Amino acid sequence: MSSPSLINPSRPPVFCPGCSHENIVKALDRAFVNLGLAGDQICIVSDIGCSGLFDTFFNTHAVHGLHGRALTYAAGIKMCRPELKVVVTLGDGGIGIGGAHFLAACKRNLDLTLIIMNNFNFGMTGGQHSVTTPKDSRVSTSFLNQIEKPLSVGEVAAAAGAPFVYVCSAYDKDFSRILEEAIKFEGFSVVEVKEICPGRFTKWNKLTPKMLEEAAQSSSFRGLVMENERAEYGQAYRDYLASLSPINRPDGIKAQFEPIETKRYEVLILGAAGQHAVTAGGVLALAAMSAGLRVTQKNEYDITVLRGPSIAEVIFSGEEIHYTGIKSPNVVIAVAQEGIDRRRSVFKALSADSLIICDRGLELPDSKADLLEVDFKSLGVKKSQRAFAGLAVMAAMNRGITMDMLRFAIDRRYDSEKIRKEMHDMMKTLSQGVIKSGG
Amino acid sequence: MSTVFWGGNEAIAWGAVDAGCRFFAGYPITPATTILHTMLRVLPPNGGIVMQGEDEIASIGFCIGASMAGYKAMTATSGPGISLYSENISFAIACEIPLVIVDVQRLGPSTGSATRGADGDIQFLRWANTGGFPTIVLCPSTIADCYSLTIHAFNLAEIFRCPVFIASNKEIGMTRETVDLDKLERPDVIDRKEPPEGQPYMPFRVAPYEQVPYFLPVGAKGRLSRFTSSTHGEDGYITTNSDFIEKQNRRLEEKLAKAVGEFTFYDYFQAIDSDTLVISYGITARSAIEAARALESLGRPVSLLILKTLWPVPEDLIRRKARDYKRIAVVEMNMGLYLREIQRVLCRDDIISITKMNGTLITPEEIMEVLSK
Repeated sequence: MSSPSLINPSRPPVFCPGCSHENIVKALDRAFVNLGLAGDQICIVSDIGCSGLFDTFFNTHAVHGLHGRALTYAAGIKMCRPELKVVVTLGDGGIGIGGAHFLAACKRNLDLTLIIMNNFNFGMTGGQHSVTTPKDSRVSTSFLNQIEKPLSVGEVAAAAGAPFVYVCSAYDKDFSRILEEAIKFEGFSVVEVKEICPGRFTKWNKLTPKMLEEAAQSSSFRGLVMENERAEYGQAYRDYLASLSPINRPDGIKAQFEPIETKRYEVLILGAAGQHAVTAGGVLALAAMSAGLRVTQKNEYDITVLRGPSIAEVIFSGEEIHYTGIKSPNVVIAVAQEGIDRRRSVFKALSADSLIICDRGLELPDSKADLLEVDFKSLGVKKSQRAFAGLAVMAAMNRGITMDMLRFAIDRRYDSEKIRKEMHDMMKTLSQGVIKSGG
Repeated sequence: MSTVFWGGNEAIAWGAVDAGCRFFAGYPITPATTILHTMLRVLPPNGGIVMQGEDEIASIGFCIGASMAGYKAMTATSGPGISLYSENISFAIACEIPLVIVDVQRLGPSTGSATRGADGDIQFLRWANTGGFPTIVLCPSTIADCYSLTIHAFNLAEIFRCPVFIASNKEIGMTRETVDLDKLERPDVIDRKEPPEGQPYMPFRVAPYEQVPYFLPVGAKGRLSRFTSSTHGEDGYITTNSDFIEKQNRRLEEKLAKAVGEFTFYDYFQAIDSDTLVISYGITARSAIEAARALESLGRPVSLLILKTLWPVPEDLIRRKARDYKRIAVVEMNMGLYLREIQRVLCRDDIISITKMNGTLITPEEIMEVLSK
């Protein structure tokens, strides 16, 4: 099983004399050939710096993008083209700037092959220190490398979850076989290649192929990392997709009832987190939609769950609603002090035609509106149900919506028979309660 | 009438699905997160891929990779995420990669207010690339716009091979509104053009009289695809040929700047006997509609131009519509960012600017107050 060389004859590799990258080009080509791969079965995604030249040396699909981001493009390509062998070439610079992507790729285990060309410095830009520069090396960035600890790429990869990690040198006699093994591996494979950068690093530092080989040989990373073995991400993703059934866009609601009125009608629900004010707003919207009205809803809540105000603003109208802000609500449902306090200023804007449905015991700012105090507690309505109970009171009083509209909204909103029944029962209790209290 | 109750973010997701989007990646950020959630709910069951990147840079990187592989792709974020996208936006422009980017804008500067709206990114979306190349920015006013402009955005990305932005706003993305499914505009779906068979593929060669090269996806059989962020020749390899570079960069500019007439989306409401034209966009345009109605009933009619294509600036439209008006006002939810474009296009320095940037909507009354003077 072998195919012709994939080296691009019209773009011969040009490196500084003595650069290890040349070995990588040859070994990678040999690995492709030995695996019997054709150019259209491979995509090389190269990073920035000297490792960023690699996409040009081969007749394969090729992408050359931004510094440190090669793994991200490769992930998108591999998810959409699982049949492609995707090989990413990155330098030690790319591992630094793209650290988050490197960790995420190890954790994700998508079937990519990452070749890290570690020559211990930024070669192309003039020998600055990178995340792998040893502390005692001389670099063009003065002392900065001496006060940091260099990163062990193999250890980081294994700790982050890579199931295949190989640390070698560009002078390993088995180098192309190592690359073959990495490409064949079904999962994320990392090959760290220790290299010589004659243009920069070895101008100031003594480093020989023999020293690199010794360093690589002392590494325990020789391919499979047993504790990280698991299903390949892309395959696991596709298996999960296969278990899903297609879903369609929801059906629309057609008008079922005559609206009470078609003028702009504003409802403000002032609750606290946990009182389902936003959900109640959505149910109110469905009720209004069942009468063919147009509706908008805006919500306000803090970042905390179960603490702070929770507010819904619902507007409905027989005509197009343009301005979505609340001006002077027709109905205010006030079921928690937090909500009232957040919107104290709105009470000034209420007219004598407005209605406030308020839980007993809450303190309200002065206003001209009609006030209906309801003792929800004595009617057996739990705190978490009071925003919805406010809607039931509205409907019982024929303000904005009717009982029929609200019943329709409940049945549309909730699939569970149990919840529907609970809500319908509550509507009954409240309508009787409201009528008794003369509201 | 058959209505659904959608938030703007939800409408964008359904628009994407109907436009043929098959790949979405995003990173959680208020107020754009519900696009990620909705895409995750609707795309995988219909065979698409949704990923959450390790950060915004990865999210747009995944999308670029997916698009290069031939999938229609979308990502969504808010202003702080656009900052992180910017280097990849340049990449998508340079490599002519179709991509839809949603910015559900929130109040800035910086991380600002996560749950307050603004239209403060509209110049940023135009200029957040190295080299200053044009971008397409569409701006919805309604939830129905979110749906149909998303389909247009995908089509434009495919036609022109470029990133296309949707400049939404918290006040649209997180506001729910009835949408009449019977009246929803559903543009025909357009796909990128693959190169004719039997010819060697040159990734950045344009056919005579064309401005956009054919697109061969990474992974195509029998022919090889190449993308490079470096200044490249027709063959997709680095070039130093300054004549070609000049030609290529002019083309990147002109393919959009000269074509804006083909995708100038707007609404125009002409009032009889009006000497005033109000120009607005986004959520604020809706306050302007209400203000215009109220002013009309007071016997002070104003006409209204609502722009839904912000970039490239639809200069012909603006000049044509503004020609007959003595007074021009621009109303916007920022510090006057589009005012400068209107001033430039109309060569006028007497344009009234109505702005607000405190996280609350500009009210119809605030507009009326200025225009009644």
